[in-house]
Amino acid sequence: MTDGGTGGHVTLGGGPWAQRHGGGGPALLGDPGPLLSVRAVSKAFGGITAVSQVTLIVDGGESVGLVGPNGAGKTTLFNCICGQLKPDGGTVEFDGNELGSMPTYKRARLGIGRTYQRIEVFPDMSVREHLLVAERARRGDGRLWKDLVNLSSPTPDELARVNEVLELVGLADKASTPVSALGLGLCRLVELGRALVAQPKLLMADEPSSGLDVHETHELANVLRTLQRERGMAVLLVEHDLGMVGEVVDRAIVMDLGQVIAEGTFDEVMAHPEVRHAYLGTSG
Amino acid sequence: MVHFLGFAVPGIPNGCTFALFAIGLILTYQATGVFNFAFAAQAYTSAFVYGLLCLHGWPVWFAFLVSVVILAPALGLGFDYFLFRRIPNTNSTAKVVTGISLLVGIPSLLTVIFGNQQLDAPPSLLFNADTVYFHLFGVTDLPINGIDIGTVIVTVVVLVAMVVLLRYTSMGLKMRGSVESRRLIQLDGVNADRVVAFSWAVSSFLAGLAGVLFAHQLAPVQPENYQLLLITAIAAAAWGRLRSMPVAALVAIVLGVIESVAPAYLPTGGFLNAVVVPVIPMIVLALALLFVPGLRSLDDSKDPLASIDPPTPPTAAASRAPTMDRIIRTGWYALLVVFVVSMLTWMPVLWEGVFNEGLAFSVIFLSITLITGMGGQLSLAQATLAGVGAFTTGLLFYHFGFNELSGGIVGAVLASVVAVALALLSLRLRGLGLALMTLAAAVFFDQGVFNQPQVQPQSGALSLIPLSNPKWPGPVGIFERNGHWLFVVCMVVLVLVTLAVLQIRKGTTGHYLGAMRGSETGAAGLGINLSWQRIMIFALSGAVAGIGGTLFAYYQTSVTPNYFNVDFSLVFVVVVVTTGVSTVEGAIQAGIGLTVTFQLVTYLPGRLGGQSLVFVLFAFGALTYAAHPEGVLEFQKRRSTLRFERLLFSGSGRGASPGDQGPQAAAAVAPEGGGRGD
Amino acid sequence: MSAGPGPGPRSTGAPAVDRRSALEVEHIDAAYGPYRALFDVSFAVPAGGVVALLGSNGAGKSTVARVVSGLLPSAKGRIRIDGTDMTGQPAFKIARAGVAHVPEGRGIFANLTVEENLTLVFRQRVGRKMVAPSLDAAYEAFPVLGDRRKQRGGTLSGGQQRLLSLAKVLVVPPRLLVADELSLGLAPVVVDAVYDGLRRVNATGTALLVVEQQVDRALELASHAVVLEHGSVAFEGPSDQAMAAVEKVLAARGERTGLLEGPAPAAPTAPVDPVTKARRERRWAIGRGRRPRTDGEEQP
Repeated sequence: MTDGGTGGHVTLGGGPWAQRHGGGGPALLGDPGPLLSVRAVSKAFGGITAVSQVTLIVDGGESVGLVGPNGAGKTTLFNCICGQLKPDGGTVEFDGNELGSMPTYKRARLGIGRTYQRIEVFPDMSVREHLLVAERARRGDGRLWKDLVNLSSPTPDELARVNEVLELVGLADKASTPVSALGLGLCRLVELGRALVAQPKLLMADEPSSGLDVHETHELANVLRTLQRERGMAVLLVEHDLGMVGEVVDRAIVMDLGQVIAEGTFDEVMAHPEVRHAYLGTSG
Repeated sequence: MVHFLGFAVPGIPNGCTFALFAIGLILTYQATGVFNFAFAAQAYTSAFVYGLLCLHGWPVWFAFLVSVVILAPALGLGFDYFLFRRIPNTNSTAKVVTGISLLVGIPSLLTVIFGNQQLDAPPSLLFNADTVYFHLFGVTDLPINGIDIGTVIVTVVVLVAMVVLLRYTSMGLKMRGSVESRRLIQLDGVNADRVVAFSWAVSSFLAGLAGVLFAHQLAPVQPENYQLLLITAIAAAAWGRLRSMPVAALVAIVLGVIESVAPAYLPTGGFLNAVVVPVIPMIVLALALLFVPGLRSLDDSKDPLASIDPPTPPTAAASRAPTMDRIIRTGWYALLVVFVVSMLTWMPVLWEGVFNEGLAFSVIFLSITLITGMGGQLSLAQATLAGVGAFTTGLLFYHFGFNELSGGIVGAVLASVVAVALALLSLRLRGLGLALMTLAAAVFFDQGVFNQPQVQPQSGALSLIPLSNPKWPGPVGIFERNGHWLFVVCMVVLVLVTLAVLQIRKGTTGHYLGAMRGSETGAAGLGINLSWQRIMIFALSGAVAGIGGTLFAYYQTSVTPNYFNVDFSLVFVVVVVTTGVSTVEGAIQAGIGLTVTFQLVTYLPGRLGGQSLVFVLFAFGALTYAAHPEGVLEFQKRRSTLRFERLLFSGSGRGASPGDQGPQAAAAVAPEGGGRGD
Repeated sequence: MSAGPGPGPRSTGAPAVDRRSALEVEHIDAAYGPYRALFDVSFAVPAGGVVALLGSNGAGKSTVARVVSGLLPSAKGRIRIDGTDMTGQPAFKIARAGVAHVPEGRGIFANLTVEENLTLVFRQRVGRKMVAPSLDAAYEAFPVLGDRRKQRGGTLSGGQQRLLSLAKVLVVPPRLLVADELSLGLAPVVVDAVYDGLRRVNATGTALLVVEQQVDRALELASHAVVLEHGSVAFEGPSDQAMAAVEKVLAARGERTGLLEGPAPAAPTAPVDPVTKARRERRWAIGRGRRPRTDGEEQP
C-alpha cells in the first residue's frame, strides 16, 4: 500500500467518462463534447500547492461529486473554474468556450451557477429579492433609464419563475423575510435558489449541506436529483456528507492534497483503499 | 552645485516634518490596525495646550510635560478604550469614519472650550529656533539654524527608536503579533488588550511630540497646518506600503526637498510651478494606490481566527418594517406641505435663506446617499465634486455668458466626468484604499484647481465670481431678494433628485448595488458586472453633487473654494453618517439640520455661539457609527417608532418584525459553514 | 485500553472523579452572535489522559475547543482547569494557566518569522532566560523549522506551518493541550510524526483533548471519546465503543456510507437525552415553519 499521498491517479470501473474518453464504446453521434472540461489545472499560493495538475470532466446533465478531506483543494479548484482565482497552469473550458481570464460575471452569464462554502448572501435583501436579482442579472439586464421611469418592477414572468424556484427549495413561506433573520440552513437554501433561478447549465455547489440537519439534507438531495433529471442540469458537488453524495451523484472524484486520487462511481470510489486512507488515516 | 544645495538642504528639515508624521501613521497602523486620521488632531491638541500654557507664563518644560507626556498618551488611551477597541478589525469603514470624526471634532471642541486663542508665537522646544548655529560646508548660503537641527535630530532619533521598538524588542514582537490577530496571541499567553493600549500610548506620544516640535515653525497654531502635514505624510506612508518607516521617511524627505527646490528652478508663475508642484504629494499618493501591491487589500484580514468575530454589518442597515415606513412617509408628506406653504408665506427672510441653503446641502448629501449608502464606498471628495459643478456654472456664466440653468447642466456633467475618472482610478481599491484615493483627489482639486487664477478670475485671497447679472431664462428673477423663486428652484430640484434616487434604489440598479454591498463574490457569481456598476454609481453621485453645488452657488450668488475643500468633504461625511447614510431622509435631515443648527447656534451666548459647536455635535454623533451604522438618529427614530407602534397596536399582540431589530439583526448573517461550525 | 477512571456514559451532572481532572466542562452553551452552536455540552479529560472529540463538519468540535481555551464565551456552565474554575476568564489567562490550544487552520503568525513565532510563546511560558535553550530544543525536534528560522511564517507550506504550531506547544509541555484538527491537509507520513509527538508529550503528563476528523488516528491515541452531533454530545465513553457511535451517527444521515470497516453496530449506544433531542428538533422546526415532530412523523 502506497502512502505519502503522492496521488497515483486511479480510475475505477466504467462510467460515462471512461466510455467516452477511455477506450471502447462508440462515440455518440452529434456529441458536443463535455460541458465543463478542466485540464491540468494547478494553483499555488506562495509555497503552498493547493491544486496540482487536476483534470476533470463534467458532461451536460451529469451529476458529479467531488469529495476529499479538508485542505484537499476542492474550493480552490472551484474558484479557478469560476474565475475568482487565476490558475497557474492548465485550461478550463465551459460549453465550448475557453474561459482563460474571463471575469467571473461573464462566466456566470455563460450558465455557471454557484453556491459557496462560506455563505455569500446579501444581508439587506429579502429572499424574493435575492432571486429577483439573480433573475435579472443573468440576462445582464437593468438599464438605468428603465429604473427612472419605473419600468423596473418585477414582471409577471419574472415573478412566476421566482415563485417556482421558491416552491422548489421550500422557501415559499419565507419569501419576504430579510435573509439576515434566517438561520444558516435556510440561508444555504436561499443561495441554492439564487443559483437555480438563472437556470444554469452547470450548478457548482460547495458544501451545500454543511449546517443542515438530516431532513434538510435529504430534501436538498431530492432537489438536486430532480433538477438533474427533469431539466438536464449538470451538477458538480463538493460535499463532506458522503451519504448525501451517494444519493445524488452519478460519478465521484476524490481529491487529496491537491490531486485527484480516485474516480469512478460512488461505491467503487468509496471502497478504494487509498480513499479510505485519505479519510480515515489508517495505514495499510 | 552650491546653489542647488542652498535650496535642497532647507528642504530636508521640511521633509522631516512630513517624515515624523508618516512614521507616526505607520506605527499606529502597524501596531493597532487603525489608519489614524486623527493623528493631525492629536498633534494639534498638544501644540494648542503647549502654546496656551506658555502664553500664560508656564515654563517650557512644564508645558511640554503636560501637553506631550501626559495629555497626548491619555488621549490615545481614551481613543483605544472607548472607540477603537470596540470596532472589529475588519470593519474598515467604521475605523475611517471614527478617525475622521475625531479629526473634525477635536479641534472644534478645543475652540468651544477655550475660545479662539491667538497662539502666534509658541516658543521653540529645543534649540533656539532662529539662531543660526553654523553654515553647512562653511558656505554662508547654507545657514543651519536651531529649528533645522532640532527637527532633523528628533526625526532621526524617533525613526531609529521606532524601528528598534517594533523589530527588535519583545514588546515590539507582541505589538506586531497583536495587530495580526488579537485572539491568536492570547493563546500564547499575551494580554493583547494591554499591548494595543501601549501602542496607542506610544503613537499618541509621537503625535504630541510632533505637534509641539513644529509649533513654532508652523505658528500660528491652527488645525489646518497640521492637516496639510498629514496629507503629505499619507503620501509618503503609502509608498512605504504602510509598513516600512525608513522608506516612508525617505519619500517624505524627497517630497520636502522637491517642495523646496522646485520654486527655485522652475519659472515663477509658470504652469509647473503654480499647478503641478503643489499637487505633487497627491500625485504621489495616487501613484502609490495604483501601483504599490500591498495597498489594494488593506482591509483583508489575515487573522486566522477572524471567523469568531461577528460579520461586519453592511453600510446600509436592514430595511424597515412596512408599518413604520408608512408612518414615516405620511409624516414626511405632511411636513412637506407645511414647509412649502410656510416658506411661501410667513417665513422671515433670514430663515428662508437658512432653509434654501439647507436644500442645496441636501442635494449634495443625496450624492453621499448614492455613493456610500447605495454604493457602499466611503468617498471623501463629495464637496470637491460639488465644487466642480459650482465652479463650472460660475465660470461659464462669467466668461461665456451662459445662463445659470445651462451652466448648471454642464456643471453636473463635468462633475460626473470627474467622478468617473475617480472611479476608474479606484477600480481595484476598496475600503481604506478607496477613501485615500478620494482624499487625494479632493486635495488635488483644492491645491491645484480651485485656487488657480484661471478658476478664480480676480487674484487675491477670496476672489468671488459675482452672479450679479443673472441670466436666468425667462422673466423670473430667482436672485431677487424678496422673491421666492430661489426657493422654488431649490425645492423642485430637490424633489426631482429625491425621486430619482428613490427610483434607482427601488429598481434594478439599486438591487445590483445592494447585492454588491452584501457580497461582491456572490454578486459577481450572478453575472453582475461589478466594475460597470461602480462606475455608474460614481457618475450618478458626481452629477448629483454637481447639481447641489450649483444650487449652493445660486444661494450664495458667488463661488468660493471655501465651501468645497477637503475639510468640508470630511464634515459632510461626518454629518450624513450621524443622520443616516442609507436613507433619503437621512440626507435631507442632514442638509437642513446642518444649516438650521448653524443658525440656532448663533443664539447661544459667547463662545458656544460659533460654528465649532455644530462640528462638535455632529462629530460626536458620528463616533457612534460603529455601533449604529445606520446612523444614530435613524436608530433613535426606529426605537421611538417601535414604542409608538407598540402603544398603538398593543392589543393585537404583534411582535417586532425582523426589520426592526436594527444592527443586531443585520449582524446575524450566517457564519461560514466550513470554517466556523466545526 | 488505558487504565484510569473516566466519565461514564453521558451524564448530566458533574463527572464523578476522585482526583482533579485536567479539564472539566459542564453544561456549556456557545453561540456566534445569534447562532447557537453548542447545547449543554459536558465532558471531562482526566489528568494526564487523552480524550478524542469527534463529529462531522458543523457538529461543534472547534467551538468546544474555542470555549475551553477562552476564545469564545459560554453563556452558562462551568469550565475547570486542574480543578480551578476558569469560567469567563480571558483567553490569555487560561493560556497562562497551562492550556495550549493549537487552532484549526493556520495557527501561527504569517507576518512573523519562525523564530519570532517561537520566541513569542516561549518568553511567555518559560521566561526570557530559557528562550534560547527552548529554541534549540525546538530546532532539534523539528529540523525543518531550524532550516527556516528566519523565514516569514506566511511563506511556509501548510505542513510546515502545522509543524510550527506544534513546536510552539510541544517543546514546553503544557498542562492541557487542545489540538484542533491537526491532521488537516497533511500527508499521512507527516500525520504519523504529529501523533508521535502527541504521544510523547502525553507521556510527560500533558492531558490531551484531540479534535479530529480522522477518527481512527484519534481513537488509537485516546482512551475516551466524545462524539458531537449538531452541537450536543451524542456519545461519551471509552474509545472502543466510540467507533460504533460514529458509525451510527453517520448512518443516521443517509442509507449508506460503506466507509467504516468492521461489523454493523449491534448494541445501540447510549440514547440521546430526549430533552436535547426535542430542543434540537424545535430549533430547526421553527426555522422551517413547521411544528416539531412527534414520534418521527412530520406535520406541516
